[in-house]
Amino acid sequence: MIAAVGAFVIAVILGVMIGPAGRVSSANWDIIWNVRMPRVALAGIVGAMLSLAGASYQGVFRNPLVDPYLLGVAAGAGLGATIIFAVGRDATNGWLVDPLPLVSFAGGLVAVMITYLVGAAFGASRSGVTLVLAGVAVVSLFTAIQTFVLQRNNDVIREVYSWILGRVSNATWGDVRLVLPYVVVSSVVLLLHRRHLDLFRVGDDEAASLGSDVARIRIVIVIAATMGTAAVVSVSGLIGFVGVIVPHAVRMLAGASYRRVLPLSLIVGATFLILVDIPGRVLQDPAETPIGVVTAFFGAPFFILLLRSKRSLV
Amino acid sequence: MSSVRLEAVSVSYDRRVALAPFTSDVRSGEWLCFIGPNGAGKSSLLRAIAGLVPHEGVIAVDGAPLAIRSARRRATLVAYVPQSPVMPDDMTGFEYVLLGRSPYVSYFGHESRHDRAMVDSVLDRLDLEPFADRKLGTLSGGERQRLVIARALAQEAPVLLLDEPTSALDIGHQQQALELVDRLRQEHGLTVLSAMHDLTLAGLYADRLALLHEGHLVAMGDAAHVLRAETLSEFYGASVTVHQESDGTVVVIPRRTAQRD
Repeated sequence: MIAAVGAFVIAVILGVMIGPAGRVSSANWDIIWNVRMPRVALAGIVGAMLSLAGASYQGVFRNPLVDPYLLGVAAGAGLGATIIFAVGRDATNGWLVDPLPLVSFAGGLVAVMITYLVGAAFGASRSGVTLVLAGVAVVSLFTAIQTFVLQRNNDVIREVYSWILGRVSNATWGDVRLVLPYVVVSSVVLLLHRRHLDLFRVGDDEAASLGSDVARIRIVIVIAATMGTAAVVSVSGLIGFVGVIVPHAVRMLAGASYRRVLPLSLIVGATFLILVDIPGRVLQDPAETPIGVVTAFFGAPFFILLLRSKRSLV
Repeated sequence: MSSVRLEAVSVSYDRRVALAPFTSDVRSGEWLCFIGPNGAGKSSLLRAIAGLVPHEGVIAVDGAPLAIRSARRRATLVAYVPQSPVMPDDMTGFEYVLLGRSPYVSYFGHESRHDRAMVDSVLDRLDLEPFADRKLGTLSGGERQRLVIARALAQEAPVLLLDEPTSALDIGHQQQALELVDRLRQEHGLTVLSAMHDLTLAGLYADRLALLHEGHLVAMGDAAHVLRAETLSEFYGASVTVHQESDGTVVVIPRRTAQRD
């Protein structure tokens, strides 16, 4: 735990120090405060949320392979966000509550429900593979709808495309303020349920025989994780694999009990995304490499390794 | 010490009847064992008592129907050991047994020092301390089965349900596990309801056997009464001879139907 917090602090310092404009000095304080700080803050929030949500989904579905991306939550939220972009951000500017996270949430929730129902209907609940395959189908479906919406609205293609690749590069304090409330609520709810996730590890029947209201708790956790995921996806785009890599690494280092996995995923996830955001700034300087590209670059091989290990298919 | 009353308890899945109305009173501290061929309804009855499948009729512990209890309260009265418990490879023995304390922890709460001390003492009593920090995936079948019983014991429920508790074990470990259950039954006054396939073992440990066939009770009583060659041949389609030892132990011996050349 202490090591994780230490790594987080170092990541924040590095995140603030490194960038095309050079090191911290009084001359570029404005850049530090208005460009790099919100970027570090947003990367941290997004990484923390995706990792925490990933670990929680893995717990409720008893499947170490799922993450917000593979369950279709990200795609559903993406479709919701695309619709908002298509309607036009100008039109929604004056609204009291920004509809972007809310519509993303609705899209994400619909997607994860379809994935779960399809995965549970066609496969024994213990087979992790069916759920992942159902997720793949749902992702394709939602992506297809998204493409359709985009073709009807040519003018927003560029905006949506750069968003799809996943970005925290042009983050503002406004983005941070937009997602923070959802992320805080979601994280608190998920962390409060970490004991229940340990109980879920012995399966629905045994959890129920130990007094757990399995169905209700599962829904509460899925809704909380989806709300947080949708909020961050609505500003950062689709950043894949974080939700699988981070909880898995945490399990290897600190054991599989969700009491440790959830809080550690939160901290390590924030650290991880702040760090992987750094190469994106300098790789193709002055152009940005989207962070989603960087995480997929590391995440896809890692995921294949995970599939290979027999233990992962509990 | 708790008695269990089963009053016209029946279970159906969709329209198929898995268990026809079953009525019996189980004394406090008694061991009642359900036997019968696969699909006889043994598991369904145990799962109904554990609250895992919907049922008709009344299941009462110490006179109070379980149906009016919350899931958590019910879990403090009835502990259930399934046929093949899910035992995550990377969970430690202590973490696993600690799950048995769940019914005593509030929704947002965590296990108290008392709960942890309780788990330590259960592990101690069952000689399982060496496995407290070991991962379940590294343990043998017999060791895992003892941890499952330890978890049920940590649950401190007066009624223990065992669904085929020893079917995956060799004869030595079967005996160990059943001896353990019997010892705990006597020390703690547990009321035990089990389902078992091994008829000799069932007769050896249970006070009373109930033979179910296609959901119906066909015989109930002590081993000498239920385990008869004709009865077993009729309902199991098995060819056996039943031998009674001088100490009253009933031994069921399988026979080959075809004569060897």
